[in-house]
Formats: sequence, C-alpha cells, structure tokens
Amino acid sequence: MKLTLRVWRQKNADAEGAMSTYEVDGISQDMSFLEMLDTLNEELIVKGEDPVAFDHDCREGICGACSLVINGDAHGPERTTTCQLHMRSFQDGDTIDIEPWRASAFPVIKDLVVDRTAFDRIIQAGGYITAPTGAAPEAHSTPVPKPDADFAFEHAECIGCGACVAACPNGAAMLFTSAKINHLNVLPQGAPERETRVLDMVAQMDDEGFGGCTLTGECATACPKGIPLFSITSMNKEWLRANRKVAR
Amino acid sequence: MTRTIWDSSLGKKTVMAVSGIVMLLYLVAHMIGNLKIFFGPEEINHYAHWLRTMGGPVLHYEWALWLVRIVLVVAVVAHATSAYQLSRRDIRARPSKYVHKKPSASYATRTMRWGGIILGLFIVWHILDLTTGTVHPGGYEHLHPYQNIIDTFSTWYGNVIYIVAVVALGFHVQHGFWSAAQTLGVGSRSRDRVLKTVGTALAVLLTLGFVAVPVGVMTGLVS
Ligand code: HEM
Ligand code: SF4
Ligand code: FES
Repeated sequence: MKLTLRVWRQKNADAEGAMSTYEVDGISQDMSFLEMLDTLNEELIVKGEDPVAFDHDCREGICGACSLVINGDAHGPERTTTCQLHMRSFQDGDTIDIEPWRASAFPVIKDLVVDRTAFDRIIQAGGYITAPTGAAPEAHSTPVPKPDADFAFEHAECIGCGACVAACPNGAAMLFTSAKINHLNVLPQGAPERETRVLDMVAQMDDEGFGGCTLTGECATACPKGIPLFSITSMNKEWLRANRKVAR
Repeated sequence: MTRTIWDSSLGKKTVMAVSGIVMLLYLVAHMIGNLKIFFGPEEINHYAHWLRTMGGPVLHYEWALWLVRIVLVVAVVAHATSAYQLSRRDIRARPSKYVHKKPSASYATRTMRWGGIILGLFIVWHILDLTTGTVHPGGYEHLHPYQNIIDTFSTWYGNVIYIVAVVALGFHVQHGFWSAAQTLGVGSRSRDRVLKTVGTALAVLLTLGFVAVPVGVMTGLVS
C-alpha cells in the first residue's frame, strides 16, 4: 500500500504545531498502525530528519499507552486500541490524518505524545483500596454477588488510555473517572472508602481542568474497552449518595 | 456542603437537572391551561382570574401565583447560571480543535446551548408581551388573555418568535429529560427505552400543545 500521511508535528510543549505531509510506500495490510508509523520513522531517520514521537508500550491492547486521533477518531476507525488497529482498515492511496489527543488537561509534550499524568492524579485521589499488603487473602472469605462481580469487571477493563477525553467535545474525563470509581465502589473491598473515593476523585477531575458531561456519548463510542455511557450515570448516583451520607 | 456541591461540575449538573424538571412540570401545566382558549373567552379569562385566587381562602389574592413566579425565577436563574458556567468550563477544556473534522460530533451539546439561549431570550420577550404588555402589539388588557393572545398571533413576528421558541423547547426537552435522568443517577440500561420514550413523548406533547394556540389563531379557529 502507498499512503499519504498528514501528521501533527510539534517540537515541544511551548512550540506551535502544524500538520506535515509524508508519503509512505510498501505498507502491508497485515501491519499494525504503529508498525506503519515505525516504517515512516525508519525512513525519516535515514534521511536525517526527526522521527515522529508517539506513545506505545505493550502493543497488545492492554496497557493504555498508545493514543492517536486517526481521521478524527480516537484510536481510529475500529473499536480497538491504535496498537491493535491494522492497515487492512485502510485502502491503498488513502490520505490519513494523525493528531494527538486534544484537551487542555492533556497538553502536548512533543508531536503526538501528550501528558496524561492528570489521570494518575485522579487515581491517587481515591482509585485504590486500603488493605494491608502481604500474602493474598483466601478468595472465598469475601463473597461477591455475581452481578456485582460482573459490574466491577466491566469497569475494571478501562486501561486509562484517555480516548474518552480525546473524543469528548468538552474534553471531559467522566467515562474514565466513572469506570475507576464504579469498579471499586461496587465491591466489598472498596466499601470503606466508598464515599471519599467518589467525592475526591470527582473533585480532582474538576481540578485538572477536564470539562463536564453533556451526554453526547462520544466517549463510549470511542472507548476501546466498551465502557458504557451508563457508567457515568452510576458515578452520578454514587456522588449524590456520598454527598447525602457525608452531610449526615 | 452547599459550597462543595456548587463548586463541583456534577453539582452544577444536578442544579441544572432539578431546575430543568421544575420548569418542565410548570410547562406541562402551562400548556394544558393554554388549551382553554379553544373553549372561548369566558373559559380562559376565568382561568386567568382563578390563577390569582388559587390557594384561597387560605392564601390572599395572587399569593399562590407569586409563589409560583418566585420558584420559576429561581429555577430559570439557577439553570441559566449553571448552563453558562458549565459551558465555559467545557469550552476551556477543549481549546484546540482537531484538524480532521468529524460531522455531528457535538449535535446534542450544540442544540442544548443554542436552544437554551433561544429559550432564555424568548422567556424575556414572552413576559414583556403577555404578562406586562410592554411589547404587546394590541391594546393590552390585564386579565383578558383571550384578546391579548389573538392580538399577539395576528402579527407575523408574534407567530415566528413563538413557534421558533416552541420548536427549540421540543429539542431541549427531548435531550434534556433523558439527560436529567442520567445526571440524577436514575438511568440504566434496562430503563433506557422507557426514559427515551417518555422524553420524546413529553417533547412532542409540549410542542404540539403550545403550537396549537398560534395555529388556532392563524386558521381563524380562535377569533
Ligand atoms: C433560560 C433558558 C435556558 C437555558 C439558557 C438553558 C440551557 C441549557 C443547557 C446549556 C443545557 C445543557 C447543559 C449541560 O449539560 O452542560 C440544559 C439542560 C437542560 N435543560 Fe435547559 N435551558 C433553558 C431553559 C430550559 C427550560 C425552559 C427547560 C424546561 C423544560 C429546561 C430543561 C432542561 C433540562 C431537563 C436539562 C438537562 C439537565 C441535565 O443535563 O441534567 N431548560 N439547558
Ligand atoms: S474509559 Fe475507555 S477510553 Fe476512557 S480511558 Fe478507560 S479505556 Fe480509555
Ligand atoms: S500500546 Fe499498550 S494498549 Fe496500545
């Protein structure tokens, strides 16, 4: 395949960025999207140019490091992560636009790499349980009803990639934050911090400068892990409940 | 605690949802009351009088009406203030747009904002027209809504302003009712069909009910 790439290039956080056009040839349909970018970078290095900076780690759809808005879609046209997107989703001769996640809480560091430490700080505000470390406890000593276990697992699938923020017209982190809160709040292990978790994580989310939810649903459409839009409804319910509890 | 709620984006959304539902309940009653115009001048003029004596003899003349007005003003101000502040936050959170534009990405958000602005302007105009009579096109007469309404809808701009606002209201309620259910945490996968249907039904009912009045005047059914 022969492709025309229009890629966001930006030297550093303070520099002005712009789209640059590159041609790549000899791309196989079986390559992943990131392998296609590796091919471009090899050519750029040979030519003595600065390679395109982009985030990636596991390349198997589980770590949440890869990003990229491809033709206006976070993680591209398929419901998966960019690392699991393959070139068979494109046609020979296509022009592909590649941009970084856009949100004021996710400033660009270089080219396609953005700073997602705002997510880390939301997790630090309450995305944990207080439990003594050491040997794993006997699993059967804490019974969890099956529907609760399923609910927790559905939300635990969030890999913290930030596609929800990138897709949201308000740059909101509601889907990520709700996934993390719901995952722990439904479980007995998460019960001791049930109220402080939701109050503190939502407050941190606001402090980081993410937008609010207008329920457009773009986040859930973009999420590679299928976190549902109702996750946000459940978070709202937890938040209202926690405010009532704390007031008492 | 009030402070933490108002400072939170979720708290402001809660204020929007509650004030929106208060206005929605009022509008259903208002729409039903308006339909009395189809039963003649005595019926609706008497209704206008009753609005002032309702709650009596416990409440003095117009007390109940003023109570309703105060609740509505609080609801409108709370709703518009949180809408403005939330929208400011949303726009600040996404300052740079994608070069590759996708159509329709923020359809609901845009219609809520523009629809809300249209509704806000309409509320002001509507009060100056049919409550105070300040911008009324005919000889405005207090407690004679039948003739006042006919005069308003005998002008082309009276009809245009009103119908545009009512259609905007329909869109606002259609997305707003369902949104409020999510904000208040009562939505769920199993209830989604019902909530969407009720929201759409309310939107259609309000739009048709409110539009019936200018259409009635234009077609000569009410004269
Ligand atoms: C003063 C005029 C109005 C303005 C400026 C306005 C503006 C808005 C905006 C911008 C939103 C979306 C806000 C967000 O999600 O961030 C909204 C939501 C809403 N509006 Fe209005 N609106 C107005 C009048 C009304 C009226 C008359 C009703 C009554 C039917 C209403 C009912 C609602 C409801 C139920 C919501 C959903 C709240 C939620 O998402 O939880 N609004 N409004
Ligand atoms: S909710 Fe989905 S899109 Fe958002 S961070 Fe988690 S996995 Fe990524
Ligand atoms: S690189 Fe780990 S999820 Fe894509």
